[in-house]
Amino acid sequence: MAEQSELQYTAEHEWVLVDGTTATVGITAYAAEKLGDVVFVDLPAVGSAVAAGTVVGEIESTKSVGELFAPIDGTVLEANDAVVASPELVNSDPFGAGWLIKVEFTALPALLSWDEYRALVGE
Amino acid sequence: MAASFQERHIGTDSLAQLEMLSAVGYDSVDQLVEAAVPDSIHVAPLAESSIPAAISERAALAELRRLASRNTVRHSLIGLGYYDTITPAVIKRTVLENPSWYTAYTPYQPEISQGRLEALINFQTMVSDLTGMTTANASMLDEGTAVVEAMLLARRASASRSSVFLVDADALPQTKALLANRAEAVGITLRETSYSEFAADDAALDAFGAFVQYPGASGRVWDPSAVIAGVKARGGLAVVAADLLALTLLTSPGELGADIAVGTSQRFGVPMGFGGPHAGYMAVRAGLERQLPGRLVGVSQDATGHPAYRLTLQTREQHIRREKATSNICTAQVLLAVMASMYAVYHGPQGLRMIARRVHEQAGSFATALADAGHDVVNDTFFDTLTVRVPGRADELVAAALDRGVTIHLVDADTVSLSFDEASAFDGEETDAALAAVFGTAPGAVAGTPAREPRRRWPADLDRASEYLTHPVFNTHRSETAMMRYLKYLADKDYALDRGMIPLGSCTMKLNAATEMEAVTWPEFAAIHPFAPASDVAGYLDLIEQLQRWLAEVTGYDSVSLQPNAGSQGELAGLLAIRGYHHARGDAHRTVCLIPSSAHGTNAASAVLAGMRVVVVATDELGNVDLGDLRAKIAANAEQLAALMITYPSTHGVYEHEIRDITDAVHEAGGQVYVDGANLNALLGYARFGDFGGDVSHLNLHKTFCIPHGGGGPGVGPVAAKAHLAPYLPGHPLAQRDVVAGREGATVPWHRNIVSAAPYGSPSILPISWAYVRMMGADGLKAATGAAVLAANYVAVRLRDHFPVLYAGDNGLVAHECILDLRPLTAATGVTVDDVAKRLIDYGFHAPTMSFPVAGTLMVEPTESEDLPEIDRFIDAMIAIRAEADAVAEGRWPADDNPLVGAPHTAQSVIAGEWTHAYTREEAVYPVSSLIRSKYWPPVRRIDQAYGDRNLVCACPPIEAFAE
Repeated sequence: MAEQSELQYTAEHEWVLVDGTTATVGITAYAAEKLGDVVFVDLPAVGSAVAAGTVVGEIESTKSVGELFAPIDGTVLEANDAVVASPELVNSDPFGAGWLIKVEFTALPALLSWDEYRALVGE
Repeated sequence: MAASFQERHIGTDSLAQLEMLSAVGYDSVDQLVEAAVPDSIHVAPLAESSIPAAISERAALAELRRLASRNTVRHSLIGLGYYDTITPAVIKRTVLENPSWYTAYTPYQPEISQGRLEALINFQTMVSDLTGMTTANASMLDEGTAVVEAMLLARRASASRSSVFLVDADALPQTKALLANRAEAVGITLRETSYSEFAADDAALDAFGAFVQYPGASGRVWDPSAVIAGVKARGGLAVVAADLLALTLLTSPGELGADIAVGTSQRFGVPMGFGGPHAGYMAVRAGLERQLPGRLVGVSQDATGHPAYRLTLQTREQHIRREKATSNICTAQVLLAVMASMYAVYHGPQGLRMIARRVHEQAGSFATALADAGHDVVNDTFFDTLTVRVPGRADELVAAALDRGVTIHLVDADTVSLSFDEASAFDGEETDAALAAVFGTAPGAVAGTPAREPRRRWPADLDRASEYLTHPVFNTHRSETAMMRYLKYLADKDYALDRGMIPLGSCTMKLNAATEMEAVTWPEFAAIHPFAPASDVAGYLDLIEQLQRWLAEVTGYDSVSLQPNAGSQGELAGLLAIRGYHHARGDAHRTVCLIPSSAHGTNAASAVLAGMRVVVVATDELGNVDLGDLRAKIAANAEQLAALMITYPSTHGVYEHEIRDITDAVHEAGGQVYVDGANLNALLGYARFGDFGGDVSHLNLHKTFCIPHGGGGPGVGPVAAKAHLAPYLPGHPLAQRDVVAGREGATVPWHRNIVSAAPYGSPSILPISWAYVRMMGADGLKAATGAAVLAANYVAVRLRDHFPVLYAGDNGLVAHECILDLRPLTAATGVTVDDVAKRLIDYGFHAPTMSFPVAGTLMVEPTESEDLPEIDRFIDAMIAIRAEADAVAEGRWPADDNPLVGAPHTAQSVIAGEWTHAYTREEAVYPVSSLIRSKYWPPVRRIDQAYGDRNLVCACPPIEAFAE
């Protein structure tokens, strides 16, 4: 699991871990708790192009649906099959095994810091 | 003199009302309601009312008898998706006429709904077995709309970019009309085909989906597997509408390669009822489950790991996904699905196969007799339907058959068709004589056992080889004793109105009086084909016209169509009427539909299906439409504004003070106002939608007008409109006459704008609402409103000190329901809405509506039918539960081991093994002493929602799963 303070965040409650030109994306523990028990995850196909701010997937709980937004422009390198098979990973380990997609990008937009994100959710 | 019906329907008598009024602080019910309803919308008394003065239950039944006597029951061979069937008496009496089944609500609280959930999973298993598909849902509104939903599913799921949907030229005519009406609004192009050109040109199959009727409307049975493969090869999905009885003998759609199978289960023991209600069905192949519309029952487990049923994958549905939902349908046809499933349980696979064989043999025998008599049978393949060429004589033969008590279908001037059925197969002597006289065939062709006929009249490779209905439930209950006990065993698991109050906000679980239910099963209402000649249904047409007039009057509109089979369909019909109106005026660009954020999700889902774009309007902290935001959204979309959808009283249970300003603002911008009539129960007699700016509304006869909820359907959602929209209300191409009274002279042809398979939707349950109005009279309806509003305000006042009441309107009053805010309690104690809802089961109550329209709240609607002791019992339970939550907060009980988180408690949970909890067994199951002598025991403990969604199982689990 990555240190939360080292991650970057979006206002849509997603976290981004940047490693070179690869960004790993997941949803925050705050978002996972608000959604409740996640029962289904729909992720974009590997190789598909994604544009920042657009909906590229869905995270369903028993009582609501969360949309997965692409935080950056890029190409999907990898989708987390483990989460598709075991959606509860999003609840049990949102910052680790519950990651969703890896995106190869060229330019990184401005994202929120941990402190900024914490302020956003009022913690 | 005995009590009037009004005194029977309204639970609180004048003494009780005085006591309640003093708690609320008013002198009279009228004074209370007039203080709650804004002055600006009070209705003036009508000079002349079309609603006659109330009559007694006995007199109303006599009037219904007179109406019934003007309908003529003949043996219908019309077919077209509606067949005579023999309802096993044990199913009629123990399900259809049993309040334990018909007064239940949609099984949102699964712990107290295991009986009908099991019946529905039997239905799903029956459908998926017979169709050869992987997953079936818990019913659709009818076959025609199921085909429409399948078309929409195909478009969502297809990889093809085509906007074309192929329609079988041999489809049922009402299905074709429905497809045409619905496709146009959402930009789908229909192409009708006999699929014969496919052999010459593969590209003819280029479409996102293709629809095949199997067997065809003409009766023809052909093998569509090559067409299905061709469509799928081009990225489209194959939709097959199949006859369930035929599928007991024919290769299933699944084995033919279909992606989606749809149809109706009517001929499985559900009376024709002049068109409905019946349970349609839909089943899909693996991989399409999440695209299914409607309710889906799945298997999960309870807190102790025992298998338990529940509604699954609810995130597909409109109450969560709103405009992105898979469909706008909420109500299904549960009661009818239960009946059809029990027909299969009772007959079993052998019995069904025997019925199908008899029907087929009879058709075969008569085909031979027709040929012998020199007639030309057009289709040489068939299951039950024969199309006969009778050049120039069709009218004459139809009339001759009618004279002899049989109705056959007039296809055109030169052609008739006949569909044989269970009734003719087992009781066909009179039909045999009639047909022999009409067609000059040898007597005996239809009656008796027509043996020695070739066993099949379809291509040999369509013989069904696969098994079906092998689960023990379909092979156990053969004797009537066993069947009666199985139905009782299931009913005993459930909590319906015959046990106690169901205070579901926005659902109006009022009395469904026994007298109102009487006529539903009379043959003159039950055994009538929807396309019977007008002369056979004079009583029905009179009853319908009277009800239409009454409904128009009480809502302040000019015209009503009773066709929509649910509130969602009424919404769609109303929005399509608005669309038709704008188009006719050259305003096709008006496509924006404003919807307040507090609206029911169905509003948004319906708007999308009417080809509109949803723009959400904010609501303020009081739950009212934010007028500033409304004006801004109107200004931003002035040219495109089609409509505003608004619920009145609001979904927050409040009479919005500004309603006139709201409707005026929309009209000034050229928009139409759709008033959602879900909460009409709070308005009837005091104000009318049409008077305060409504242009069109749907009503829920299954709420305000006493049609029972049936455990999640049937519903009836009439659409009512002002004269300028009336031409666009639903009509029907096969109707006996214009289905909408009071729009004579309209320039739009009356058969247009169809939204249901049958002209009048679900006529056999309309006598319920008719009887309610007839026995209440206008005064009684008004008194019911007053009693409902009083009851809600009484609950609000008495519970206010224990739970904040979230919203209120003028003078601090609520309408017919109140929202109890549990969020402060949850923050202070950790006790959730779920905990309170499940704990209410231990106290012997059905929970109020959870987390709608506001998450973390309970919405309570006592209705006018509950008496004061029952209302007080509920209030006392809520106060006691509050005290239990406080005990958790004080640390008397641990947060993870208290009667709330442990609820509900089964008998087994307090008896088996050693009791190790922080609370006592008495506290668990007898929190108040009155329960000792009268206890509802839930059959399962709290159900794990996530487990069932993650491990999707939607068919009967093996018996071993229930072993201890």
